[in-house]
Amino acid sequence: MTSTDGVGLVETRTARLFDSEEPLRLAHGATLAPVEVAYETYGTLSPGRDNAVFICHALTGDAHAAGFHAGAARPGWWDNLIGPGRPLDTDRLYVVCANLLGGCQGTTGPSSVDPKTGRAYGLAFPLLDMSDFVTVHRALLAHLGIEKLLAAFGGSLGGMQVLEWALTHPEDMRHAVVIAASSRLSAQNIAFNAVAREAITRDPGFSAGQYVAEGTLPDRGLSIARMMAHITYLSEEAMADKFGRTPQLGEFEHGFGADFAVESYLRHQGESFLERFDALSYLYLTRVMDYFDPFSRAHATDAAAASGVRFLLTSFTSDWRFSSLHSRRIVRHLEHARIPVTYRDIETAGGHDSFLLEIEPYHETIRAYVDRALEEL
Amino acid sequence: MTLRADLALVADLVTPGSRVLDLGCGTGSLLSHLAAEKGCSGTGVEIDADAVLVAIRSGVSVIELDMDHQLGEFADHSYDVVVLSRTLQTLHRPHVVLQEMIRIAPRVILSMPNFGYWRNRVRLARGRMPMSKDIPYDWYDTPNLHHATLVDLEDLFRAVGLVPLQRIPLTVDGHPLRLPELTATWAAGSAVYVLGAA
Repeated sequence: MTSTDGVGLVETRTARLFDSEEPLRLAHGATLAPVEVAYETYGTLSPGRDNAVFICHALTGDAHAAGFHAGAARPGWWDNLIGPGRPLDTDRLYVVCANLLGGCQGTTGPSSVDPKTGRAYGLAFPLLDMSDFVTVHRALLAHLGIEKLLAAFGGSLGGMQVLEWALTHPEDMRHAVVIAASSRLSAQNIAFNAVAREAITRDPGFSAGQYVAEGTLPDRGLSIARMMAHITYLSEEAMADKFGRTPQLGEFEHGFGADFAVESYLRHQGESFLERFDALSYLYLTRVMDYFDPFSRAHATDAAAASGVRFLLTSFTSDWRFSSLHSRRIVRHLEHARIPVTYRDIETAGGHDSFLLEIEPYHETIRAYVDRALEEL
Repeated sequence: MTLRADLALVADLVTPGSRVLDLGCGTGSLLSHLAAEKGCSGTGVEIDADAVLVAIRSGVSVIELDMDHQLGEFADHSYDVVVLSRTLQTLHRPHVVLQEMIRIAPRVILSMPNFGYWRNRVRLARGRMPMSKDIPYDWYDTPNLHHATLVDLEDLFRAVGLVPLQRIPLTVDGHPLRLPELTATWAAGSAVYVLGAA
């Protein structure tokens, strides 16, 4: 029931949430203005304004989580989860999804124009913190007139935003749903991010971050970053199933071209990524993940423990980018603080990207949790 | 929803308002009951996927983990009571799990089938492995890795530093046994224990 009868035709809207009168104050002290945020909503806000769910997207996601844009062949990135009768049932929920700060899909980011110079910010854009994403999400909620969410949802970097949000402003939500996320990147995680950033910044087209003004683009670096990252989003088993050692063109040509199907696939992933993603956003957003370590803060769980917020965490057994150990670390911290937490480790071969897939036990878990949350209203 | 007889008995042993960790919580019926009737809070641990979904749907916080290896996730003295119903015999390392339980809470409520139940003894005397309402499995297809009589079990309690504060022998139907206490080791199909640290 996923390909038909979704939320239908949708549009991305934009709200200016901060301006020079009231700039966005970032965690590291800098201010930013203006800040525009691209977002979409699905379903109807109840008269009691108590059925809102906020979706935090992952590294390369956007505000278009569900439904179709006019003329588009493919739906939003979480369309299998969001829609009438789906686990996030838009007949009963009001779903909000926004492009995050520092992104490149309509929300202010490092390739936006700096009003002071008339050029793209480039590397003059301030470094961001996970809490800055939360500050902007909260401003959007205020803009939409929502005081308290039924739940915030997010996978991967999205889950990290939900964790930060629920720990620092637990009064904003009844439930926090954190999927395939991490509370602290491992050295290996940081290493992958580091190589991706090196690929971008060492591309001559990067032009010290002023590639738009210079008329160059670090396409080679960005596509290599994406190709490498994509490998980490799949499991070895998923890649073996999908490609095996299949030749791309029926038989091997024996050369250095994309002779194996998996090579051709990665090239395509790298190329198509260029159409929708910005190299500077890639730098800024991955760096936020590297530094994120919320449980290292003193009294990290006090506010959440006092608030009554409840957590659902899920991990996927074949995810090696953020393995189940990452989720279990979060469970352990919450559990030790006596914060109600439900945790499932979903058996699947899909790797890290499983959170985007329609996997029955995973979706049934979300459905059961959301149905109960609605019932308790 | 009415609670299974043995769980109702466990529920009676839990102090109102307690924070309860239910190991092998199944569909979470004990925790739901304790939350509704006795103002308790708590967490369940379960690995059966269908049961976990039912528990989540009924609002029970449930954590999917391997009791044999992952109880270290729970902090010292983070609960008032830990419950383990008819599950100890299915674990690889019952002695380790018992030690973990008393680390997590000062009280343990535990139920366990009695291999020394007289019908089991009779079946064994006739040359067959016991099967009964409490042990309803063929020997080759059973979740039960360890069989113990109540005498064996109480030896283990002592060995790991647990003291039985209360013992409630049950009939095979899960009701308290109405025979004298001394008969329990052969007359009880199972027993519920309340345990504390020595």
